[in-house]
Amino acid sequence: MLNIRLWVARLVMMGALLGASGLTIAAEAPCKSAVDRGNAASAGDCQAAKEKRFEGRGGKCVEDEHFMRRNHMNLILHQRDETMHKGIRTSKYSLKGCLECHTATRADGSYIPINDPGQFCESCHHFASVKIDCFECHATTPAVSPASKP
Amino acid sequence: MSNESTDQGRRGFLGTATATAVGLAAIPGLSLVALARSPDLAVDNRSRWGLLIDTSKCLTECTACTTACASENGLVSHGRPATDAQWLRKVQLKDKATGRTLSLPVGCQHCEKPPCVDVCPTGASFRRADGIVLVDKHICIGCRYCMMACPYKARSFVHEETHNQKANAPRGKGTVEACTLCVPRLDAGRLPACVEACQQEGHQAMIFGDLQDPNSAIAKRLAAVPTHQLREALNLNTGVRYQGV
Repeated sequence: MLNIRLWVARLVMMGALLGASGLTIAAEAPCKSAVDRGNAASAGDCQAAKEKRFEGRGGKCVEDEHFMRRNHMNLILHQRDETMHKGIRTSKYSLKGCLECHTATRADGSYIPINDPGQFCESCHHFASVKIDCFECHATTPAVSPASKP
Repeated sequence: MSNESTDQGRRGFLGTATATAVGLAAIPGLSLVALARSPDLAVDNRSRWGLLIDTSKCLTECTACTTACASENGLVSHGRPATDAQWLRKVQLKDKATGRTLSLPVGCQHCEKPPCVDVCPTGASFRRADGIVLVDKHICIGCRYCMMACPYKARSFVHEETHNQKANAPRGKGTVEACTLCVPRLDAGRLPACVEACQQEGHQAMIFGDLQDPNSAIAKRLAAVPTHQLREALNLNTGVRYQGV
């Protein structure tokens, strides 16, 4: 008898949780992805934040966007070992390559560090609560000045 | 990629490299290092990079090499000479008996049997196939055993947080670092910054090249004149040699 009561209580709780999550999803509907939500202080700001964040120049990433969201860390981890130990310096999965496309510029044409709040790397990592170790050592802006780029 | 296509790729590269070498040999003052390896090819032990320093041409007051090293690799001073990172330093020697003085740049000697690599607990200190001794800062834990082991006091520890690093020289707090022979430049077929600076000053005190290539300028010089390794008795077979010490 006690067991039955316990199960009923559990079912009610699950129902309540599902209902609550349904409401949450409905409230955040304008933010379709985790990245978008990470940029927005509230759901209503989502569209504005998405427009503000610099997505990248050059049109297309080295891999599909969804693949990159989940796997970019593995690509640059592999590339780092290849470069460091074997001297292989192909540009496709290099961190420098990431910076060249995804670093935004200020009104005066200078680069904004990619790990600054709201910038490409930081915005998503902030949302996911994952520390970015790369930029404790690596440069946060491309070596080539924006003016000399097409 | 299949083995066959890899082999063909390598053969193609070697063919181009040889052709380029023949072309470059005709240009005086240009080292054979000007051959850029294809970026997708791994380094191998067919070459071993070395540096010969002619102390008779190295002037006491000149710091072109150390300045070029610092600016190339973004080494900034924090006003604390005892702990500031220094990849290459000018050392003054004096023979007490005769009073003869010498000035020479000393940095990582790129040993064939590096003591720093022997003691590293994580494998961060390693020797690349082409003889360059490097620190993989991704796995360096900053224990500084290598600094203790190095007979040349060549390594530095980064004590402060770093900012505005050079794109080609990532460096960060809590890791050990030393001369890399400007490995990103080398992989792109350029000379190390110190050698280039010495040449631009017109001193020609540094010769850089492949120790294993009998036709390289450095190998020819080593075959012709007496040269020394620092602390030769340690049998480390250093990649950096000195003439006139």
